[in-house]
Amino acid sequence: MTTVYVPRDSSARSVGADQVAAAIELQAARLGARVEVVRNGSRGMMWLEPLVEVVTAQGRVAYGPVTPDDVADLFAAGFLDGQTHELGHGPTDQIPWLAEQDRLTFSRVGVIDPLSTQDYLSHGGLFALRRALAMTPQQICDEVTQSGLRGRGGAGFPVGVKWRTVLDAPGSPKFVTCNADEGDSGTFADRMLMEGDPFMLIEGMVIAGIAVEAHEGFIYIRSEYPDAVATMRAAIETAYQVGWLGSRILGSEHRFDLEIRVGAGAYICGEETAMLESLEGKRGVVRAKPPLPAIEGLFGKPTVVNNVLSLASVLVVLAHGAQFYRDFGVGRSRGTQVFQLAGNVACGGIVETAFGITLGEMLERFGGGTISGRPVRAVQVGGPLGAYLPPARFDLPLDYEAFAEADAMIGHGGIVVFDDTVDMAAQARFAMEFCATESCGKCTPCRVGAVRGVEVIDRIVAGQETAANVVLLQDLCELMADGSLCAMGGLTPMPVRSVLQHFPEDLDRSEGVRP
Amino acid sequence: MLSDVTPRHAPWSPEVALETIGAHAGLRGPLLPVLHALQETFGYVDPRAVPLVAMELNLSRAEVYGLLTFYPDLRSTPPGKVRVQVCRGEACQSVGGHALAQHATSSLGVDFGGTTADGSVTLDEVFCLGNCALGPTVTVAGRLHGRVLAADLDRLLSNSNVNNADVSGELT
Repeated sequence: MTTVYVPRDSSARSVGADQVAAAIELQAARLGARVEVVRNGSRGMMWLEPLVEVVTAQGRVAYGPVTPDDVADLFAAGFLDGQTHELGHGPTDQIPWLAEQDRLTFSRVGVIDPLSTQDYLSHGGLFALRRALAMTPQQICDEVTQSGLRGRGGAGFPVGVKWRTVLDAPGSPKFVTCNADEGDSGTFADRMLMEGDPFMLIEGMVIAGIAVEAHEGFIYIRSEYPDAVATMRAAIETAYQVGWLGSRILGSEHRFDLEIRVGAGAYICGEETAMLESLEGKRGVVRAKPPLPAIEGLFGKPTVVNNVLSLASVLVVLAHGAQFYRDFGVGRSRGTQVFQLAGNVACGGIVETAFGITLGEMLERFGGGTISGRPVRAVQVGGPLGAYLPPARFDLPLDYEAFAEADAMIGHGGIVVFDDTVDMAAQARFAMEFCATESCGKCTPCRVGAVRGVEVIDRIVAGQETAANVVLLQDLCELMADGSLCAMGGLTPMPVRSVLQHFPEDLDRSEGVRP
Repeated sequence: MLSDVTPRHAPWSPEVALETIGAHAGLRGPLLPVLHALQETFGYVDPRAVPLVAMELNLSRAEVYGLLTFYPDLRSTPPGKVRVQVCRGEACQSVGGHALAQHATSSLGVDFGGTTADGSVTLDEVFCLGNCALGPTVTVAGRLHGRVLAADLDRLLSNSNVNNADVSGELT
């Protein structure tokens, strides 16, 4: 029996993985070959999807991108024995793009059958939880703090400090919530982890529960991720059956119940307090802080709000120790970040690497240029609220502080590449337009400012009193940044200002400059 | 199991609505799950459901209406037979998303948020489907498609209409 892996990741399915899996099963039946097709997560090399892997004596051998029409040819070339083929890439683990990464959080994604408890256990699953069960809540919080792990959702707050705050806060019950409302364009790591290694998130939630003495958790997943919802629900059901959730977890005294909640298309619900409102069954309107959610969160109770990758990274910390994790990274950005290369890029996908690599290295070593073949003109890092950076700033190291100093942010690690056909004035306008569409409406700088921002940019582009309107736009950006209640209005100026700073020529539409 | 099932919706009925509400009323913060469930059952949240939800969950109608109008996914009118979502996010913009969006609206003859006159397609815009390395991205009848050019969208739409015709044939 030969095992053939064909991803079930929704990105792989979007380019035909299901059809390829079916074609392989059909051809195997025709030829009488004994083949078991396993649907794994994705290895994150999106340009090679659907990526088919065959288990051979030399390990897993990769072929991709495979279409159903290639399948007969692959069988004829002997791909079941790992033979060479024009779509072949040799042993998967030796593909340089993958081999040069530090896959800590994503160590199992694409490797295992996501819903197999056996695969999970044989690849280091529950190691962290078993360790956590032997520790006191304080010890867990301390270890996470010592690792230097900061929240991967975008704000970068130290995870251990947040947990300690919840642990020490008076009030009962306490809650653990996972923010899986990954709305930033250019980001998909949360989705891939939930689809490719769902037990990892469950284990992370249980550990957070032990650390803060909470017994109830919610994962808030955006509705745009139906496959992640389905996979997480199936994994939770299995976890209850095998005693990884519920009462007496792994035979201990700990109880933890976990539930999935699905969003409804509102970007703002990725803001932690809006997410809590939504979980409570209300409109996703942000709350003023303080009080912090750690003190008064879900239903007014002390609540952990962590991103998917933060909770998953805790497993690495506990399984290998704080020092191991700390040894990756630079400055105050410790460990690895799961970067996502997206947009107009030849080799897009998941690049998990230690903090500190420069943006330029990231694009050269992994990105491989644009898919259009044209030169890169701008890269937006950190989602719709992140700055657009020109090639002159590709020397920036990917580290929270270096980016902040350059009026940019790492955010959730999304890197979107644009070629030289991009109209940066249109991108600046889109930032304001997006904010106007997605603003929750609670505070005026965001609700009204974004609408005015679109109007001002339109006037600039139309050549009406350009200089005066640019000053007005800068003034508006300052007001939104300083006066908004949350990051939506507060950070919308970041991409707009980056366009003013790095691409002013695109805003100057006076005759003869740019069409 | 995964996402490619075109849901078949029930016609409006207060009894079914009450049953649907009751199935989720016991949750903590039940309103959003209840509205999701109603939309899954009927394809939309009928305005006639609003007072029922308010009564069953002990909320004001304004609170229920407030949710309905806040969340883009929740709709108060029946959708077309096939829902098409076109991603408008930056990653898709960088690989021709604007052109695809324009093609979608012009070829279907509706704006985003609209349903074609024959009720066959509802066209929605969406900001990111998490397929950012394989854009431009659309969904057709709940199924994600990457690297979609104008011609691919036309093909997907004609296929979905053919399939859909079969489905309605079965039902009648």
